[in-house]
Amino acid sequence: MRYLSKRKYAVIFLMASFLFPLTSHAESISAERQATLKHLLIQDCGSCHGLRMKGGLGPALTPGDIADKPKEGLVATIIHGRPGTAMPPWAALLTDQEATWLIDQLLQGVSP
Amino acid sequence: MRKRLCITPLFALALSACSLTSVQEEPRGTGDLGVVIERAAGNVLIVEHTNNQAIARVEGLGDLSHASVVFSRDERYAYVFGRDGGLTKVDLLKQRIDKRIIQGGNSIGGAISQDGRLIAVGNYEPGGVKIFTADTLELVADIPATAIADGSKNSRVVGMVDAPGQKFLVSLFDTGEIWIIDFSDSAADAPTVSRFTDIGKQPYDSMLTPEGRYYIAGLFGEDGLAMLDLWNPEQGVTRILDGYGKGNQALPVYKMPHLEGWTVADNQAFVPGVGHHQVLVIDTQTWQQSKAIEMVGQPVFVMARPDARQIWVNFAYPDNQYVQVIDSQTKEVIKTIEPGPGVLHMEFTPRGEHIWISVRDRNEVQVWDTQTLEHLYTLEADNPSGIFFTNRAHRIGL
Repeated sequence: MRYLSKRKYAVIFLMASFLFPLTSHAESISAERQATLKHLLIQDCGSCHGLRMKGGLGPALTPGDIADKPKEGLVATIIHGRPGTAMPPWAALLTDQEATWLIDQLLQGVSP
Repeated sequence: MRKRLCITPLFALALSACSLTSVQEEPRGTGDLGVVIERAAGNVLIVEHTNNQAIARVEGLGDLSHASVVFSRDERYAYVFGRDGGLTKVDLLKQRIDKRIIQGGNSIGGAISQDGRLIAVGNYEPGGVKIFTADTLELVADIPATAIADGSKNSRVVGMVDAPGQKFLVSLFDTGEIWIIDFSDSAADAPTVSRFTDIGKQPYDSMLTPEGRYYIAGLFGEDGLAMLDLWNPEQGVTRILDGYGKGNQALPVYKMPHLEGWTVADNQAFVPGVGHHQVLVIDTQTWQQSKAIEMVGQPVFVMARPDARQIWVNFAYPDNQYVQVIDSQTKEVIKTIEPGPGVLHMEFTPRGEHIWISVRDRNEVQVWDTQTLEHLYTLEADNPSGIFFTNRAHRIGL
């Protein structure tokens, strides 16, 4: 797995923080949208990361795999993707707030 | 016990009573059977396409987030390759698991050898290929993939197919290779492995022509495909359709496309354009692109009806509620249908009068008429994904 250099990461993070203030307002995501996001997480993220988030073409995303990683970086990975890998940018389909909510779900652990 | 009862020389009545008590009332063939993966629950449904019905559910196959299936040559057993490295041999007649092993940490798919005696699995983790006996699932060979540049692990293996001459072919996603694994020398302790390197960036899947001659790997990391002529392997891997997306910004790919079988009709091959809302058409005489067909989304499966007169295409999220049908002669989309959200896979009946479509978010498998393009039947299934019919047993490269 190739990782971005720290500097590139910082740039992406700064851009992300400028465009989308990194505050979580999970309560402002409607219950209906949360259900859609949960479904997306398990079924569509799960296509590469596994329905149980134990990895596949993409890396494992269980709480144990991601708990020690900076949350902002994880959110930025969802929004901007990871160039050079199969991870696409989801900015066209997800807001930063929704990506943050998804990371929160992963940190709590999800299962189908 | 039952057998002893049967051979007791009584009356015809006793014999018929005996047959009534058996698990299976009548001997039956398996040529109209198949399996549907219920990916979230880790089950397979055994289905029958003569009467468009599910006949049994077999549970306990582990994590089927990504699953593929090959069949024994007698079409009795389905070998199911699961995401968790599970390899499960399902008996379609007894409707139960015959044998199940965990052979790796994370696998992508497999193949059955020409003679039906070997099962090969391509693994992501640990990256490599493992080969097992088809009857007992005992390990025959373990071939680690090439280590990636930093040496931390081995390349992920994709695009496993069987090929004539007791061969398996795979592609290596991280290191950009195609391997021929040759078991034709039965006296040898280990297979011979021919490695073709620098075939292109990130091969994601592959396909083989029906006669088993051309192996083609699609590339994710660049626009193009890598082709190996198995009649002339000494000529090495050649690149085709280089830079097919030129001038167009590639779109984010929300689901990796699949290349399954060889979608070829009238000397034209149809493949997904990765990162583009297009199906690409390749002239197989010249290996040049002859057309790009604009589609409603990014193609995932591009599959020819068995008579090759139509090409059916499903799409990546967020367009996965649609299926489009292409006329293979005019290369135009003739119909867009909307089976429902989460169309994940399609399978034609052996002679192509029907197509079965899994519609994950509706918990349905739908059967459509390929002539009238109308929806005929619906089967219930729990989050269905892959659909595999037993006639695959006798097709090279599937």
